Amino acid sequence: MLLIFLKRVLAAIPVLIIVASLTFFFVRLAPGGPFDSDRAVSQEVLINLQEAYNLNAPLSEQYFDYMSGVLVGDFGPSFRYPGRSVSEMIFTGLPVTLELAVYAILIALCVGIFSGVLAALKRNTFLDFIPMAIAMIGICVPTFLMGPLLVLIFGINLELLPVSGWDNLPGDKILPSITLGFAYAAYIARLSRGGMLEILGQDFIRTARAKGLSERVVVTKHAMQGGLIPVVSFLGPAVAGLLAGSFVVETIFQIPGLGRFYVEAAFNRDYTMILGTTIFFSAMIVFFNLLSDMAVMLFNPRARD
Amino acid sequence: MSKNYLNLFLCLIFITSCGDNISPVDSGLENQIFHFGNGSEPQGLDPHIVTGVPEHHILIALCEGLTSSNPKGGEPLPGMAESWTISEDGRVYTFNINQNAKWSNGDKVIADDFVWSWNRVLTPSLGSQYTDMLYYVEGAQDFYDGKINDFSKVGVKALDDNTLEVVLKNPTPFFLGLLSHYSTWPVHKETVLKHGSIDDRNGQWTRPGNFVCNGPMQLKTWELNNKIVVEKNPFYWDAEMVKLNEIHYYPVTNVMTEDRMFRAGQLHSTYTVPAQKCPVYIEEGNPNLSIDPYMGTYFYRTNTLHPVLKDKKVRKALAYSINRKQIVDKVSQCGQKPAFSFTPPGANGYQPKTEIPYDIELAKNLLAEAGYPNGEGFPVLEILFNTSEDHRKIALAVQQMWQANLGISVELVNMDWKVYLSRESSGDFQISRAGWIGDYEDPNTFLDLPMPGRGNNKTGWVNREYEKLVNQANQTLDQEKRYDLFRQAESILIDELPVIPIYTYVRQIQLSPDVKGWDSNYLDHHHPKYIYLERD
Repeated sequence: MLLIFLKRVLAAIPVLIIVASLTFFFVRLAPGGPFDSDRAVSQEVLINLQEAYNLNAPLSEQYFDYMSGVLVGDFGPSFRYPGRSVSEMIFTGLPVTLELAVYAILIALCVGIFSGVLAALKRNTFLDFIPMAIAMIGICVPTFLMGPLLVLIFGINLELLPVSGWDNLPGDKILPSITLGFAYAAYIARLSRGGMLEILGQDFIRTARAKGLSERVVVTKHAMQGGLIPVVSFLGPAVAGLLAGSFVVETIFQIPGLGRFYVEAAFNRDYTMILGTTIFFSAMIVFFNLLSDMAVMLFNPRARD
Repeated sequence: MSKNYLNLFLCLIFITSCGDNISPVDSGLENQIFHFGNGSEPQGLDPHIVTGVPEHHILIALCEGLTSSNPKGGEPLPGMAESWTISEDGRVYTFNINQNAKWSNGDKVIADDFVWSWNRVLTPSLGSQYTDMLYYVEGAQDFYDGKINDFSKVGVKALDDNTLEVVLKNPTPFFLGLLSHYSTWPVHKETVLKHGSIDDRNGQWTRPGNFVCNGPMQLKTWELNNKIVVEKNPFYWDAEMVKLNEIHYYPVTNVMTEDRMFRAGQLHSTYTVPAQKCPVYIEEGNPNLSIDPYMGTYFYRTNTLHPVLKDKKVRKALAYSINRKQIVDKVSQCGQKPAFSFTPPGANGYQPKTEIPYDIELAKNLLAEAGYPNGEGFPVLEILFNTSEDHRKIALAVQQMWQANLGISVELVNMDWKVYLSRESSGDFQISRAGWIGDYEDPNTFLDLPMPGRGNNKTGWVNREYEKLVNQANQTLDQEKRYDLFRQAESILIDELPVIPIYTYVRQIQLSPDVKGWDSNYLDHHHPKYIYLERD
């Protein structure tokens, strides 16, 4: 298993280099530059600005300069925010995004697995229909609608929770975590139900029940181990998606996370920031996919072949 | 089991809500802490590098120039300079620096601080984008362009610690107004050099703990994309006047989020009001809605190099067939005023006398004279605008008016902000939406834009008579004569219409009734030293 892990890590390196190289050239192909503004800058000013960021050098030179910096962990300075390095901005936003992702995934796992397993056990009863209907709503209702709805109810009408911010006011982390977690809880509920239904119909479960084991042991010890494999494989991309896709929730709730930097960098043509965040998120996606594959192998020995 | 989860969730909410449930607006009132919605994360806090309105909102609290904005509009007030004299020919300004003026670390502000700071702005490798603000100073542009290397030949000198002399190329009647723009403000030489060189864009001097400036507040904390906190600066020369203890600036990019924050008592003032909510708030008589005149014009640029649009009759036909009143009443719906001149009326007493009639018959005749009777043979033009629902609505209204009134078709093309800017700058457009906000309270800030060769002209329009009149106006000291020359120039502009004014902006925000000392002014400059919190 260690060998597989090492192989996958080595395979990730060229993937990241390709991502970085393609992004480097593609962002420069996009029309508009980092210093375009509605108050036009004179040609002299533009030349001086480009000089300050080495944008006047040949593209190949810029590329090798950048890539050699990346190798030693230097993603360069942000063009949009003078005085800030891209690494500094990533590591400022990352803890917030990670914290939000952890809360969201915990909510998603607790709510999703519980309702999925319950629905599978009580198949074709109200305890199946209701959680699954709610899950369908969770999948269909986008976070940009769910967020403001929760804010309206709990923040403005009931005045129970703050409507925005992160670590500014007590309780301001609850609504964003629920908003982000709910969408994933819905997926997890459906996956758990499907996985559990498949396992619960298998012979070894019948055997376990025939042996006289209690239903709790049958479900938790035997059925869930296999029934939740789809959830485990979903978790890797889900965590990566949570990190890279938290932009909407971060914007709705005014959270200083990485997602906002990522999207704003693209709008601002902040080349180094776009590159830095893209490389970082790619590495995250590769890493979490690898982690989820490893977890699946751990649960399911057949996947090791 | 499910009951347990529900209980846990309710407990969680209960625990968090049982705490100190006082809203930031209420606690701010007790402690004089002003919670301010500030649009977006500022690029930085170096007044010589940054551009933009959110940056200005913070810098006006942290630093101060020779003059400061008048909270009621009009002539600027003393700032770092307690008084000044102007030579008879209007070219030499002698500023007497306030002897009590200090930096936030207690150092004295001296005349040489301005000389060094202006040298910094004009150092090409710093990449300042507002160097043209200082081009009115003798030798400044030559120094920037490398024609002279010795900064002592530029017309700014410290005669002694308390006296600064500025020599201008030409008499520039709006020069004092320029000085309340942050690009001309001083920075603390020792602090800047401690954290980098004179031209270091990435110097760390603007970080909390390092930052030293001379305004009513000083930088306390800066959490990226979360909030910036500034606190009262005890060394400020007019510290007795400052009543606020802190200002918290929130970079809220999403206007709906900001609206909810205000409604939940998390903000005293917002950066703006969501366009769709403005008419609702007006109808409801929302007491928190504040709509003030603003020195800005929303207009359409025409590409005068385009084979069809180069004919001024076509441009006039297009302009005369737009019902501006209907646009502000039915589309923008937030108190904007129809614009019949490029310069907003009332800029420091300037009243343009131009008219742009809404006259369909006249517009049709003009189009026919240009060779397109009833719009026949008129090509399908494009209206370019940056992606925004508000711009789209206005473009749709204009499209419909031109179709109904002139029988011509236009296509709407929306582009990402940077693509839109790039297409405008390279002349790759036919008609494009634009907006212009005055940098200082003088008609020149508008009438300079369509001058030949200016980067912001973008229309390809060149009119030597117009250029002559604007230049002449800027060398005239008598205000009435000067404004008269501007009015003549503006008449040419509105007769030629390389720009088609649509409406004059207003500044619409939500403002808590607790905020006092927030006076309406045309530039929307609100100096924090006049603001305080008090409940009626």
